[in-house]
Amino acid sequence: MAITSPERLWWKQPVCGQEKLWISIALVWCIFITAIMPYWHFFGKQNPSQEYYRVSPVKYGAIVDKFTAKHKVGEEAGIPVVDPPPGDIFIAGSQFVWHPILKLKSGRTYRLHLSSTDMVHGFSVYPMNMNFMAVPDMDYVLTIQPDKAGEFFIICNEFCGGGHHTMTGKIIVS
Amino acid sequence: MEDFRVCPATGLKVHKPAELLIKINAVTAIVFILIGGLMALLLALTKIPAIHLLPSDLFYRFLTLHGIAMLVAWIIFFEAAILYFTSAVLLNCRLAAVKVAWLAYGLMLGGALMAAVEILIGNADCMFTSYPPLQAHHLYYLGVILFAVGAILVCCVFFGTLAVAKHEKTYEGSLPLVTFGAAAAAIIAIVTLAHGAIIFVPTWLWALGVIQHIDAPAYRLIFWGFGHSSQQINVCAMVAVWYLIAAVTVGAKPVNQRVCRTAFVLYILFIDIASEHHILVDPGFSAAHKAWNTGYFMHLAVLASMIHALAVPSAIEIALRKKGHTQGYFEWLKKAPWGNPSFSAMVWSIAGFGFLGGITGVTFGTEQINIIAHNTWRITGHFHSTVVAGTTMSFMGLTYIVLPLIFRKEVAFPKLAKFQPHVFGVGIWTMAIFMMFSGSFGMPRRHWDITFSDAAFSIPFDQTAMMALHIFGVGAIIAVIGGGMFVLVSVATLLIGKDIK
Amino acid sequence: MIEESKKAEEKIPYWQVFYDDIMLLFFLSAAITFISFTVWGLMEIGNTPVMPDYTF
Repeated sequence: MAITSPERLWWKQPVCGQEKLWISIALVWCIFITAIMPYWHFFGKQNPSQEYYRVSPVKYGAIVDKFTAKHKVGEEAGIPVVDPPPGDIFIAGSQFVWHPILKLKSGRTYRLHLSSTDMVHGFSVYPMNMNFMAVPDMDYVLTIQPDKAGEFFIICNEFCGGGHHTMTGKIIVS
Repeated sequence: MEDFRVCPATGLKVHKPAELLIKINAVTAIVFILIGGLMALLLALTKIPAIHLLPSDLFYRFLTLHGIAMLVAWIIFFEAAILYFTSAVLLNCRLAAVKVAWLAYGLMLGGALMAAVEILIGNADCMFTSYPPLQAHHLYYLGVILFAVGAILVCCVFFGTLAVAKHEKTYEGSLPLVTFGAAAAAIIAIVTLAHGAIIFVPTWLWALGVIQHIDAPAYRLIFWGFGHSSQQINVCAMVAVWYLIAAVTVGAKPVNQRVCRTAFVLYILFIDIASEHHILVDPGFSAAHKAWNTGYFMHLAVLASMIHALAVPSAIEIALRKKGHTQGYFEWLKKAPWGNPSFSAMVWSIAGFGFLGGITGVTFGTEQINIIAHNTWRITGHFHSTVVAGTTMSFMGLTYIVLPLIFRKEVAFPKLAKFQPHVFGVGIWTMAIFMMFSGSFGMPRRHWDITFSDAAFSIPFDQTAMMALHIFGVGAIIAVIGGGMFVLVSVATLLIGKDIK
Repeated sequence: MIEESKKAEEKIPYWQVFYDDIMLLFFLSAAITFISFTVWGLMEIGNTPVMPDYTF
């Protein structure tokens, strides 16, 4: 019984064939799913970025403000809209908005810097459903190449305070 | 030997102080599942778009309380009872350090109440995760720390009891499998709680103003060494409970001790590094760290679950065939004691943990797939499958065994008890599946208003996903009814249940 | 009878002794988790380069 001590030499009890078969199948499966990750990493086209830097929330906020002032082309719903050339672009999560709104061109490559000026935020692109964390103290660089024109919304999907559910943003691809 | 009584049903020698501690911890657990369940109902009624019951501040407050009451208090109080039961009772031994065990209970209760009160008065709207720089009142962190210290003491009492039993030779050879499984849970608990202490003590000092800054990425790393691993305690405890229920209800014997114990050893060694699952799309960690900690070693822990998934049902089949249910492939399944709520809860638990929780967990734990699942409602659906459809369900099954065995009361409302696991199971499965379904459209977790009515942009969620929210709501309400039946039966048994001589 | 007494005296296999050693399992569990997850992770966070300056 499972609730009493086993026989003295339980290690020597042979494992029956069916159990061996099942364990072998499971083991092979585990090796397979383990191998997928490195395979995908080297041959797949969509992997979490490995590029990140230390930056204080204050400094990141200042960089985003300067970036916004330089490339600002308008405003939508009180959020500045920027139209930057391909290269380094910046977005910040601040209670409770993603700013600025980015205008990007399809087929071009951008280095999207993602961080927060206050709390931990969750960067979730709708309707594509891509999710990354915006963590204060860290600048996360995502190299992206938009391949579809249209409007994409950004949702915050990590609780960041009382107005969390109002925190949205936008990326416009033309 | 007046401290002991002999159980007439099993012949086990039961240490009375241990018995009292088992009772008080189990009863406290049930009080917390009642609180958490009430919160669950209010939250679900808010999540259904057509009702949208609570205002946003109360929603986040109650969500925080739901997390603490369920994930921490209900489960760990019940696990304390399990640790005392599997050590003192199953080993026919006295509980080591009874006074320490009471101190542990006091710390846990005090800590849980302190945290709960801080949440309710609005001082800690920070969710279970409390990521800095989001700050709660310092007493909230102190409450969590006190609870964790109490839980560490529980594990120490458990290990002390194992040592006493060995020294006083109350058992021969190796530990029973169930006790070994509980020991695995206790080992993981100490590693987990150590992470909790490492991160919550500085965070508490930060809230007091002693420390100026808590590094956000470092907090996320160490917090998940606590937050995710504490669910691995549940996995071990739950599997041990499966073996226990299978043994008590149908007399199942583990097919092979070596195989079953190897599976537990794999849990002990490798399951904690699965905490990595939470930081797969975080800055600060290389692909090597991510792939290593979610890769081969972690999958050895997955292999362990696959082993248990065969070992438990096959032990049950063999036991039932021995009872003469040998016709065809499935007579044993048909003639299984489905009317016994312990047995049916165990079957629901095995199926729920394996098919819903385990498979989704392994999938979302892949670095690249995590991009489309992270922090969406899929994750919430996943852990409601593991922790609720798996662990909570198995603990409910164990309760129906503990009531007659330790409380020496006949289960009240036996008809209600018979249906309880099925009602709860149907509810929680529906709820979890439709959480995952709407999450796969990108619906965020921890979100009060999915229509984004107050936001700068109102995001047009797919109608199918909105529809799924209503089905989720129906499932949640059924689950709450099932949970309510469980609390009703347990409390009624304690208050008006017939004494067993 | 002789065989039975032989069996009782037979040495407990090495692996069985290992599985019964709860403290050893505990130390291994703690070591693997702390080295592979926690310490390595903290080292990576600590070794993160500082963000370069961007001028516009």
